[in-house]
Amino acid sequence: MDWKSFYNYLTNFNTMEVEFKIRVNGVSRRIKADPETPMLYILRNNLTLNGPKFGCGLAQCGACMMLIDGVAVPSCTYPLQNVGQSEVTTLEGLSQEGGKLHPVQQSFFEEQAAQCGYCTNGLIMASVALLRRKSDPSETEIRAELQRNICRCGIHARAIRAVKKLSDR
Amino acid sequence: MGKNQQSRRAFIQSLGVLALGFSMSGTGCSRFKKEQADPSAPKIRTRELDMEEIDSWLVIREDGRVTIMTGKMELGQGITTAIAQVAAEELHMNMSLIDVHLAETGYTPDEGYTAGSRSIETSAMSVRRAAASAREYLLEMASQELSIPKIALTIEDGQIGGQGKSTTIYTLLNGKYFETKISSDAPLYANAERKIVGQSVARMDINSMVTGKSHFIHDLRFPAMVHARIVRPPAQAAKLTSVDTQAISKLPGLAKFIRVGSLVAVIAEDEYQAIKLAKAVSYFLAWDYQKALPANRSLMQYIRSLPADSKMDKKSEAWSDHTIANSPVRHRAAYFKPYIMHAANGPSCGIARYADGRLWVWTHSQGVYPLRGALADLVGLAEEHIHVKGVPGSGCYGHNGADDVAAEAALLAMEFPGRHVRLQWMREEENAWEPYGTAMVLEVEAGLDSQGRITGWKYDLWSDDHGVRPGGDADNLMPAWYIEKGHGKAKSGFRGGAIRNSEPYYSIPQLHLQSHIFRGPLRRSSLRGLGAYANVFAIESFMDELADKVSIDPIDFRIRHLNDERAIACLKQLAKQIKSIKKQNQQGIGIGFARYKNQAAYCAVAAHVRVDQQTNKVEVIKLWAAVDAGEVINPDGLKNQIEGGMVQSISWGLMEEVNFDDTQVTNLNWDSYPILRFQEAPAIHIDVIDHPHEVPLGAGEAAQGPATAALVNAVYQATGIRVRQLPVIKALQHSALRVKPLA
Ligand code: FES
Ligand code: FES
Repeated sequence: MDWKSFYNYLTNFNTMEVEFKIRVNGVSRRIKADPETPMLYILRNNLTLNGPKFGCGLAQCGACMMLIDGVAVPSCTYPLQNVGQSEVTTLEGLSQEGGKLHPVQQSFFEEQAAQCGYCTNGLIMASVALLRRKSDPSETEIRAELQRNICRCGIHARAIRAVKKLSDR
Repeated sequence: MGKNQQSRRAFIQSLGVLALGFSMSGTGCSRFKKEQADPSAPKIRTRELDMEEIDSWLVIREDGRVTIMTGKMELGQGITTAIAQVAAEELHMNMSLIDVHLAETGYTPDEGYTAGSRSIETSAMSVRRAAASAREYLLEMASQELSIPKIALTIEDGQIGGQGKSTTIYTLLNGKYFETKISSDAPLYANAERKIVGQSVARMDINSMVTGKSHFIHDLRFPAMVHARIVRPPAQAAKLTSVDTQAISKLPGLAKFIRVGSLVAVIAEDEYQAIKLAKAVSYFLAWDYQKALPANRSLMQYIRSLPADSKMDKKSEAWSDHTIANSPVRHRAAYFKPYIMHAANGPSCGIARYADGRLWVWTHSQGVYPLRGALADLVGLAEEHIHVKGVPGSGCYGHNGADDVAAEAALLAMEFPGRHVRLQWMREEENAWEPYGTAMVLEVEAGLDSQGRITGWKYDLWSDDHGVRPGGDADNLMPAWYIEKGHGKAKSGFRGGAIRNSEPYYSIPQLHLQSHIFRGPLRRSSLRGLGAYANVFAIESFMDELADKVSIDPIDFRIRHLNDERAIACLKQLAKQIKSIKKQNQQGIGIGFARYKNQAAYCAVAAHVRVDQQTNKVEVIKLWAAVDAGEVINPDGLKNQIEGGMVQSISWGLMEEVNFDDTQVTNLNWDSYPILRFQEAPAIHIDVIDHPHEVPLGAGEAAQGPATAALVNAVYQATGIRVRQLPVIKALQHSALRVKPLA
């Protein structure tokens, strides 16, 4: 790396902590942190949520997905300062009152669409976002939606089935 | 209060403390909340572990629940559930009353590694016998206590009763240990009733996964836990030559900069801060490193040229050097399998705490006891002062970075005593530093008689060794190479891994099998199936080539060379599955078969592919499997394993290959190391052939070899191109201009 980018890096590095007010799973939270902190670390460490997982930090695997106003995005590259007034939802925020599973959670459970379960968060969040956008996705559309997600254990067919079951089509 | 009662109480309490590692994040046992302040307080198991004793496998708790102690780890393969099933069956207990305690030193039996598809064959079967023995013992006690003949008693969910009287299993034991050996002749309900075993019960842990409850090591949080990141050298062979400590000390938020020899790390209160610091620190280090890797050469030729330790693995008595030469049909071929990554979805993670001369380590290692031995060697503590607790990680499929990251966390915790130190690798570290599945070259030569029967088979394999696991030796832990305390490079691993499934399961009158073990350029260890993956790929490709030469249907050709009825049954079932499939233009169906390790599960796989003639794009339309794993504990669990194994194998075979330049591995993320994703995922159908009265056979790795063999055989059927060098996509691109597709 050249000196200029190194200098930039260190300058960024010294950014002061700033206080933000964000909404996560329907609750307003105060967070004091470096504005550039990816939401993944805010959710996991500041808010002790387990749903979003670190997989790559590069928006390549989907393990860290959260919903921003209902849209599934990788939290690992989404800086805290970009959240603004948006509603953030994590896996934990999906279950309904009384611990009743969200239909997508229920469907993944029924299809036993997990082995190690590390990808489960991302797959469920992506599927929830898809079904919100389109209640009757075709198998092709489901596959396209989940293309951003990595599963190393090979539960692909089960996950696709779990989402297909919920499609009106 | 009797002595036993005392010790019993001590044991249960310590179990509760054990659970605390988790209770911070929700799944602990509330009775012990008050001890949360020091979750890793020393704990002593009050009764010696003895694998022959019921007490080592099973604990009856005051609340009426039963805890099963297993020395195995949950890797996503569902062993927790399978173990709970066998225990529930024998104890006549609802599964919801059973907890499974995963591998932990000093608490669970030492069952070595969770590897080789052996957890059902070993751990689950031990638990089954322990639970059956416990039940008989408790019925015996109840019979005396209640003065009712044992035959008139029934046991259900921890209640024992008959003739209007009843008691509970906890009351009977009255806080005592069983202090009884496991009896081999306790009757098995699994044989008589079989209500829970053999059923596709839901996995016990999926609820946590779909709701985001604490499950993974990554989810553990301890009070005042700090975060660490390692600053990696530019190459594996590297030495730190200078450090600008002054500049480093000025970096904000640095709790500690740690340097042990050439191992460099940062510790921070905040995880993201640690990540930024690690990057910043990298600017202030100078390294001396070697450009030692054989870049830009054919790896296949390179590993054939390396010095090798050669051994004859099998030579039939009838072997004659002339048999093949004198056969009317002769054929030979060489196959290549590149280095492949475990590439777990979640990078490796370890947590450690050092205080008062004791070390606690949380790990997703596949072997807590061997890791403890290696840690003792690494950090210079006695084994009894090290406590290693297994916690599930992201599916690892073998020996990945789990042990290394635990060892690094341990080294850092010793430099930063009193606090829990959490270290998680970044994606590029996982990809660049894990031990890979080694590259292999496989050469086969065979002759056929005029009836199309194989006369002689000569097989030579070149492989690095596999299974370079911790095994009590610090040299096998990657950080040991950098701390400059006299630890060498990893020693030899497991030769048996290379020759796994190198002997064909077919009856062939003359065999000549040799292995040549080299020391390759990259770090390697055990990856799902070990050598069986490449050996079965080669054998099953070659079987297809032979069948083609004599124009015999590939399934028939295999059946003609099989003596084992169960193997034949799998192939016949597979034939039935694919019989009515219509192949269209540019499509092909191929098959592969193996019995894993030639003694575990049987697995026959078919693949239906389409290869676009213009683009050479390979689409795997569907996979079928017929599997015989003996007694099946959980049919859906077994299917899930085979399904996952096939998908992973197809991914390996189609597109995976570790690349490197002269300094380091270059595929550091999912763009440069692509794996199969959802748009490429095939449809899957699996038939399980259940044999409830046979012994269960390990199946977790059974599909790896057959699936890739089926893939390349299908590609041949579709295109006429015989891929002998994996990965398939790359091979097709190379051969695209040379070979004409079949009409
Ligand atoms: S961790 Fe965010 S996409 Fe991989
Ligand atoms: S279930 Fe393990 S990564 Fe998908």
